[in-house]
Amino acid sequence: MNRRMSLLRTVVCRAVVSAMTAFAIAGAALGADIPLDKRRSGYADLGRDSKAMQDDDTINPATLWVLDGEALWKEKTGAANRACADCHQDATISMKGVAARYPAFSPARKAPIDLEQRINLCRSEHQQAPPLAYESHDLLALTAYVGRQSRGMAVTPPSDGRLTPFIEAGRKLFTRRIGQIDMSCAQCHDDNWGKKLAGSLIPQAQPTGYPIYRLEWQSLGSLQRRLRNCMTGLRAEAYEYGAPENVNLELFLMWRARGMQVETPAVRP
Amino acid sequence: MARPLINVPAKIKRGQVFEIKTLISHIMETGFRYTTTGAQIPRDIVTAFSCSYNGEEIFRADLYPAISANPFLTFFTTATESGTLDFKWIGDKGFSETATAKIVVE
Ligand code: HEC
Ligand code: HEC
Repeated sequence: MNRRMSLLRTVVCRAVVSAMTAFAIAGAALGADIPLDKRRSGYADLGRDSKAMQDDDTINPATLWVLDGEALWKEKTGAANRACADCHQDATISMKGVAARYPAFSPARKAPIDLEQRINLCRSEHQQAPPLAYESHDLLALTAYVGRQSRGMAVTPPSDGRLTPFIEAGRKLFTRRIGQIDMSCAQCHDDNWGKKLAGSLIPQAQPTGYPIYRLEWQSLGSLQRRLRNCMTGLRAEAYEYGAPENVNLELFLMWRARGMQVETPAVRP
Repeated sequence: MARPLINVPAKIKRGQVFEIKTLISHIMETGFRYTTTGAQIPRDIVTAFSCSYNGEEIFRADLYPAISANPFLTFFTTATESGTLDFKWIGDKGFSETATAKIVVE
């Protein structure tokens, strides 16, 4: 747990309550998608120093994970004693654009899987190694390394009809009011982005930079960690890591961000 | 995995002032936090950093619990001659890490 977590939780909870009142009064046009040309990454609202941190790999602390991911990529492991590189060779070629089209449909699971789950499938099926836990250093490192290979590329969700019901399920989750605060993700991120929640600017919840180095976490963290944070802020019970609801939300967010640039690994406050 | 990251220009003109950027992975646990069961989480921070240029110390810093995780330290020096920059971090629990970087002064 982050050292500033409990303080922040208090602040956010209080802020959410007052925001609720403010939004009720503001009563903005509800339920509409953000027009494609009005979309903006959280990067656009970073302070100058945080932008500099994201722009320069030698300053961005996320680079430490990317380098560890590169080392893990080449490390033989599991009962199969194979490295990612044994099958996928040079990640700068084989993994280019991969993160930009995840979550993708898994025929075996008959459901979408996110990049973390895809990496873990390779561990269990191809390396015969135990899966890595969400938010573990190694899974974050591998995800950041794979994700880094798509930086600058457009988010391109697969045009796969099998994903359609899951995108819709993600949208439902995004627009459904949850928690004791009884607000939906969309009420903040579609209807009130650009406004302030106490000291924080409400971003559009674009998933383009994950895993991110979040200053508040003092660490790298996954998109699911970020989603769970917002759920906790609403005093809702967050879905477990890897739960279908979280993957559907990730899928919906990537669809919503289609065409935007992948920034992985980004920096966020 | 503690890992330092150093960034210095590979080539530099004699007499020129240049920037040295250092980043190291470290949790910087303050020692002021408690677990949910009330046990104190012991302090685990980098306590000191130093840099020497061809054996002569040019920069030193003491670090404290208020410094964030993965400390990023940046400073300047004047290019005098080609050689090596040696970096050293030490900390709690016997933490010790070094790194070197070569520079060519023309
Ligand atoms: C024994 C060979 C093998 C190893 C080792 C292996 N993979 Fe894979 N990987 C595959 C195959 C084959 C696929 C295609 C999907 C499938 O059939 O499972 C794949 C698919 C992937 C994909 C999805 C690519 C896409 O285009 O959708 C990613 C990402 C990936 N692997 C990452 C990794 C990582 C990271 C590691 C190391 C932790 C790893 N793989 C280890 C064989 C391997
Ligand atoms: C009360 C307003 C509010 C609600 C409701 C809310 N969030 Fe957030 N969300 C925020 C704020 C504020 C931030 C930025 C936090 C910061 O900058 O420290 C944020 C950040 C995010 C981000 C990170 C964006 C980036 O640039 O990396 C994502 C993704 C996100 N939220 C998704 C969600 C989802 C999914 C839900 C519903 C489960 C949700 N949020 C509900 C206020 C809200």
